[in-house]
Amino acid sequence: MSSGIEKRPPLGRLGLFFTNRDALEPALITLFAAVFSLLAGVGLIFLVSKEPVQSVRNFLLGPFLRTYNIYYMMIAMVPLTFTGLALCIIYQSKHMSLIVDSSFYIGAVTATAVGIHVALPAGWHPAFAMLAAGIVGGFIGLLPAILKIRWRANELVSSLMLNYVFYFFGSFLILYFLRDRNQTILSSLPFRKTFLLPRLIPNTQLHAGFIVAAVFVVLVSVFLYRTKWGYEIRMIGANQKFASYAGLSVSTVILYSHFVSGFLGGMGGAIEMAGLYKAFIWQMNPSYAWDGVIVAMLARKNPKFVPLSAFFLAYMRVGADFMSRRGDVAFEFITLLQGLIIMILASDKIVNYFKARRLQRTALARTVEARAAGAGGAE
Amino acid sequence: MRSPGARQGSTRVETILQAVDLCKVYGNGTAANKFVNLTVRKGEILGLVGENGAGKSTLMKVVYGEEPPSSGTLLLDGKPVRFGSSRDAIAAGIGMVHQHFMLVPSLTLAENLVLGREPRKKSGMYDLDRAVRIAEELSAKYNLRIIPRARVVDVSVSMRQKLEILKTLYRGARILILDEPTSVLTPQETDELFSELKALRDKGQTIIFISHKLGEVFQICDRVTVMRDGVVIATHDIGDVDRQTISNEMVGREVRLTLDKEPASPGATALEVRNLSFVDDFGITMVDRVSFSLRKGEILGVVGVDGNGQSELVRILTGHARTLTGSIRKGGTDLTNASPRRIRKAGVAHVAEDRMTVGTALPASIADNLLADRYSEPAFTGPGGFLRRSAIQAEAAGIVKRFDIRCSSPNQPVASLSGGNMQKVVIGREFTAAADVLIVSQPTRGVDIGAIEFIHRTILSMRDEGKAILLVSSDLGEVLSLSDSLIVMHAGRIVAWFPDAGGVTDKELGLYMLGLKTQDETEIRKVLHE
Repeated sequence: MSSGIEKRPPLGRLGLFFTNRDALEPALITLFAAVFSLLAGVGLIFLVSKEPVQSVRNFLLGPFLRTYNIYYMMIAMVPLTFTGLALCIIYQSKHMSLIVDSSFYIGAVTATAVGIHVALPAGWHPAFAMLAAGIVGGFIGLLPAILKIRWRANELVSSLMLNYVFYFFGSFLILYFLRDRNQTILSSLPFRKTFLLPRLIPNTQLHAGFIVAAVFVVLVSVFLYRTKWGYEIRMIGANQKFASYAGLSVSTVILYSHFVSGFLGGMGGAIEMAGLYKAFIWQMNPSYAWDGVIVAMLARKNPKFVPLSAFFLAYMRVGADFMSRRGDVAFEFITLLQGLIIMILASDKIVNYFKARRLQRTALARTVEARAAGAGGAE
Repeated sequence: MRSPGARQGSTRVETILQAVDLCKVYGNGTAANKFVNLTVRKGEILGLVGENGAGKSTLMKVVYGEEPPSSGTLLLDGKPVRFGSSRDAIAAGIGMVHQHFMLVPSLTLAENLVLGREPRKKSGMYDLDRAVRIAEELSAKYNLRIIPRARVVDVSVSMRQKLEILKTLYRGARILILDEPTSVLTPQETDELFSELKALRDKGQTIIFISHKLGEVFQICDRVTVMRDGVVIATHDIGDVDRQTISNEMVGREVRLTLDKEPASPGATALEVRNLSFVDDFGITMVDRVSFSLRKGEILGVVGVDGNGQSELVRILTGHARTLTGSIRKGGTDLTNASPRRIRKAGVAHVAEDRMTVGTALPASIADNLLADRYSEPAFTGPGGFLRRSAIQAEAAGIVKRFDIRCSSPNQPVASLSGGNMQKVVIGREFTAAADVLIVSQPTRGVDIGAIEFIHRTILSMRDEGKAILLVSSDLGEVLSLSDSLIVMHAGRIVAWFPDAGGVTDKELGLYMLGLKTQDETEIRKVLHE
């Protein structure tokens, strides 16, 4: 009567990570998207470069040819991991807010204020800054959620608009309250020494933020898959009407998921400040939220895979940077590749192509078999 | 081979439509049709029966050009045809009336009829008068009475259905497919439709009648084809076969068509509903001062033609809509306009009428679905908000076993289950909830007969445990056989109360459902049990 359990061939070693084909195949498609975009990049280099072989070598292998490039990748992974995790939470609840951009930026501004004006011992100082930036970022994250709950304003639109508001607000704070007027370029007053994060390896920029990011990957995974709050977030993502019917307080879940997401964004901003800079010197918004979108999509909304996809993005970035400084291809060409990745992954039909085809084939084959065995319908 | 009981039509049997070894496999791997062979004779009414998911709708979608077949051929008048879309099928003379009507509510019936093939004046302007004349002529020719100048919003469901049938005839349909046409009709309207369909057939029209109500099939069909699990099981002349045979063929085993039921022993009032009203977004009063008392150990059935306020009443009772007036009380607790969360906490469980959009979260696992109303209890969430995963698995496995949910593991997504098993997930959760009031809405809609039997027995055992049950269903047979007492709703009002559901006939109910009869106020007030 009911369809039996389908016997599936063993998955070998991949089975350790992916318990079934339904998870493996989208992962393969993701891999395909990544590899395809790299290949497209190679093709592009051959089109525009006068010395394509050298440029391709720098782009693909450059990140591993120099030790400092490996550290660069690790450093670049840190903000990507935080915004990626933040967006995993939003996407798991099936919301589209990009307010994490503001959380990150204002988080950095908050950390700047703490780094300049608060006196605390080393260690405690950046920790306090992270907490403060996280809380501020969390409250910023709440805004689109409140607009959505109260007036059914689409959170994607309101967050994009609010991002402008917060960017200029942040610049205003730096310009009018935190600026170092002795500098000719735009810069805040210098941070206190106690604010700076310790270096993991001397004479490199690799800072303790990398460890913090790793810890948060674990924390967010546990939060999403092992706590009741994570369960609630996943349920409103799976079917919001069902969640409300089953007795979940949907607005509460939307509020705290946005808060947690904003908190992660704010922390990311603070860590970036304390890890890499001696003063706030951003002339424009680095917009890590958009990178977070790619990271979260490549990770298929699962925090477990965020480090992997953050690494991939960092690899592309460092490779492109290395290449552009030694050849005639501009760094910006990777934005094309990122667009390509998003387009592939955003297409449900591509992502589920193999699954649909396999299911269709086996079902038809089974039908034919059953017919041959004489088990078909009788007239 | 025609039996003596069958209709004596033309002596020569002419095949108009034939499906040969038709297979249809969907992208999700469902083989909905497996080497289906179907023969439709000219000028007959062919019944197509089977449980939900048996493949009837898919077969008709292929015939109507809405889905391309994976393999096999379709022969129309002996010639192979391939429809790219339903437009091709319509051009070839096939018409379909869907279960959900495809009409423009704000236009008149005549305008809807000619939509897409409008008559025009010489100037090229739309000719409304001719549209009306066409409507009148067709209506008279086929004896399907409609009011051409009325707007669709203002006419009854049964007239809308007649309009749908006329629409297909206007487009030149020789083969008419009707998908569950009686599900929205009262018994009287059904009888009327049937005599009209017979008249159409006698004029030479071919009709394919999809249904899962066997009584109706025996009433009007000449032959019946039974499908199960994507395969045609058998085709019978209607005179050669009985109900039991067909039900067995539909289910694939012996079915008990009757329900053993002990008389109820109602206890104290569990839910006190007084004077509820609801006005929808269009300003139409959907629930109009509804009052009743639901007693422990009793199943109170709510009947009415779909759209007479039953759904809205349930939504108010479960916290999904707000009442303008009145109150809902359970024991000492006031639940008027409370949130679904508070209502559940107060001990009211709810089987939602739509399991796909409300009753389950399809992508989530069976376990996650089963625990959705109780995950935060201390048994399943430990200190610090951490889920107790083994307790959750044990609870889910227990419900899966007790409610016979057929699956490979409680961790598989609900989306992968059949309709019947999906419904068992909903029933399993709601019937194991810590609740003494159950609001059960359409418990077996689109569920296979085997699961229906199980669900009905479970509802009765819940009653025998002393729970108070409000049963809302558009399946009249279901409400009549399960309920202890009945209320009838028409236009948002309770128009009748029957203390003993067993003593009411279909015909009598029909009169109340149509609003042709109303009990007097004092009679209806007795449902308050004061």
